[in-house]
Amino acid sequence: MAESVKNAAAEITDAGIVGGAAKLTPEKIEKVINNVLKAEGGARLKTYVDICAHCGLCSEACHFYLSHDNDPKFSPAGKVKQTVWEIIKKKGRVDVEFIKRASEIASTECNLCRRCVMYCPFGIDIAYLLLTVRRICHKLGITPQYIQDTAHSHSATANQMWVKEDEWIDSLMWQEDEARAEIPDLRIPLEKEGADIFYSVIGPEPKFRAQLIYQAAVIMHVAGMNWTMPATPGWDNSDMCMFTGDFEMMARLKKIHFESAARLKVKKIVMGECGHAFRSVHDVGNRALSWKMPPIPVIHAIEFYYELIRDGKIKIAKKFDKPVTFHDPCNTVRGRGLHEMGRYVANATCETLIEMHPNREHNYCCGAGGGVINCGPPYKMSRIDGDKIKAEQLAAVKAKGAQTIIAPCHNCHGGLEDLIHHHKLDMNIKFLGDIIYETMEKPE
Amino acid sequence: MHDIYDFVSGPMVWVSLIIFAAGCIYRFISMALLAKEKDPFLYNYMSPYHALRSIFHWLTPFGSENMRKNPVFTIVAFSFHICVVIAPLFLFAHIILIKQSWNVSWWFISDTMADIMTLIVIASCVFFLIRRIVRPEVKFLTSASDYIILAMVAAPFITGFWTYHQFAGCRIMGIIHILSGEILLAAIPFTRLSHMIFFPISRGYIGSEFGAIRHAKDW
Ligand code: HEM
Ligand code: SF4
Ligand code: SF4
Ligand code: SF4
Repeated sequence: MAESVKNAAAEITDAGIVGGAAKLTPEKIEKVINNVLKAEGGARLKTYVDICAHCGLCSEACHFYLSHDNDPKFSPAGKVKQTVWEIIKKKGRVDVEFIKRASEIASTECNLCRRCVMYCPFGIDIAYLLLTVRRICHKLGITPQYIQDTAHSHSATANQMWVKEDEWIDSLMWQEDEARAEIPDLRIPLEKEGADIFYSVIGPEPKFRAQLIYQAAVIMHVAGMNWTMPATPGWDNSDMCMFTGDFEMMARLKKIHFESAARLKVKKIVMGECGHAFRSVHDVGNRALSWKMPPIPVIHAIEFYYELIRDGKIKIAKKFDKPVTFHDPCNTVRGRGLHEMGRYVANATCETLIEMHPNREHNYCCGAGGGVINCGPPYKMSRIDGDKIKAEQLAAVKAKGAQTIIAPCHNCHGGLEDLIHHHKLDMNIKFLGDIIYETMEKPE
Repeated sequence: MHDIYDFVSGPMVWVSLIIFAAGCIYRFISMALLAKEKDPFLYNYMSPYHALRSIFHWLTPFGSENMRKNPVFTIVAFSFHICVVIAPLFLFAHIILIKQSWNVSWWFISDTMADIMTLIVIASCVFFLIRRIVRPEVKFLTSASDYIILAMVAAPFITGFWTYHQFAGCRIMGIIHILSGEILLAAIPFTRLSHMIFFPISRGYIGSEFGAIRHAKDW
């Protein structure tokens, strides 16, 4: 094993890992590791390491393992062995090369998708264990460069994409303008105190996919919702700090987000179609702020759309006529059990839904999640190679006739696009919002 | 020889029982206190309904997707665990000894049944051993301790079978049987075998997290 660690480490070129490692000494590594293990790695970490039966039953859960022809180095427990077990065995006395490789394993070879948690007979939360490794790497300053940059953006601007306050407001007004060409009385209500719904999105929406805000506004308008978006920081619900292990910053981001909603005295927060952002707001960030459950009800767009269609607030004029398939984002199925609601919306808006297999809670991750795609170009190919199994799953459902993949998660779009392109699958990907916008009844 | 026999079947039984019981209680309480100090949220998120739901699914043969994917392992693992607990607890010879010492007794299984169960345990250990050697994903996770634990589990069953059937050297084997049983019992709280204590907790917690917070099943 020592050998394989060395070989892989020799190829590490990521500026964040290499640059950070240059400043490390074994003493510092030992100190930081023991601080984290002592202060934060409590009963859970210890019990998980103590009781793991070394049975390997989690292996087949992981797309990295399956995509690397069952190479044990990529199995969930295999990754824990190469990181956590070793760290504990050596009481933190590991060298710089080891910790560089550990950073890479934890940040780029695991999507924190939690599929393996469903396959371990003890329910050992391997994603939590590998996130603890990321936490250590964060404290050591050897997080991969690209994702660290987004974390810096979060710290500086409270959004992921270095969007300035006026740019945010401009983008909303621009989309409002565009949408008014279609629906003249449409508004994107900014800072509306007492609205029912606080709608928040992720940083990339205003930056790269502003039409999604347009579409959401049309859906809100037609459904007659009393909604608002903030004109201040706090509009971005995404959270790369959760994935780099920068939990202090994660808590601050969630606080800004919740406080913006509280300031506007809304009844609930509706989040756009993003998986990890939902996880951060609904499941992780609230805990960091000591809220057992989110202080203001939070729902993901899937659930919101489901309610709109179920209650007849949105009517479908003509169903989408090309066969579609549904990709369940980990963070909305293993993270919230929204698979049936997603299918309800897909069936209401599309003529034919062809299931991919496995599906629902057992779906394979897109390979992008858990911050892996955010580690950027240095890890693009390892990400694509690490999810060959997903490409096979897509090819199989394409063979059954599906041309369009519905994926209600931003990251999934990124991951699936790369897989489709690399494997020349020639399929297209849509959000639920895209389909609803295309098929709904709109005022003349 | 007689002295050794008296020693392992007398005071050593007490010692091992006390280490086992006290060890289990100690491990459980120290973990509970550590959790209270470091991960207090574990208590807040425990949801008895979802915890039991998850435990139930994972104690039902073929109750999870992964068990259905690995039918042979599932059958072996379940037979092994049932036999490893039932055979020693309900063996006639053990119950007689306990009755002689403490004058308590309970229901027992037939000797044939005990023989079959013992063989199942031994065969399962061989299966686990082979699996560990031939399956790369298991081999990768394996260290010396895994083999030692497997040997510790198999030893009392092999020697017990040997003694009961009075194969050659069954007197020494009898002593080794008692001793290895005591070692196994004492080792449970302090090795990976402590999964016996922590299974309901780790399973229950993840069942609660998946069920109550994330509205998803975990099997
Ligand atoms: C009574 C409560 C117990 C529970 C709920 C339990 C549960 C489990 C589970 C879930 C596994 C993981 C793999 C599998 O499904 O087999 C396992 C493995 C194992 N258990 Fe237990 N166990 C218990 C008691 C024991 C006892 C009393 C022993 C031995 C004295 C034992 C020995 C083992 C061994 C040796 C393995 C590893 C098999 C391998 O090498 O892959 N267990 N147990
Ligand atoms: S969380 Fe997902 S990517 Fe990570 S080890 Fe488990 S199955 Fe693999
Ligand atoms: S399935 Fe669970 S117990 Fe088995 S090796 Fe994986 S993490 Fe450990
Ligand atoms: S991007 Fe989508 S599929 Fe990938 S980890 Fe996130 S939610 Fe899961």
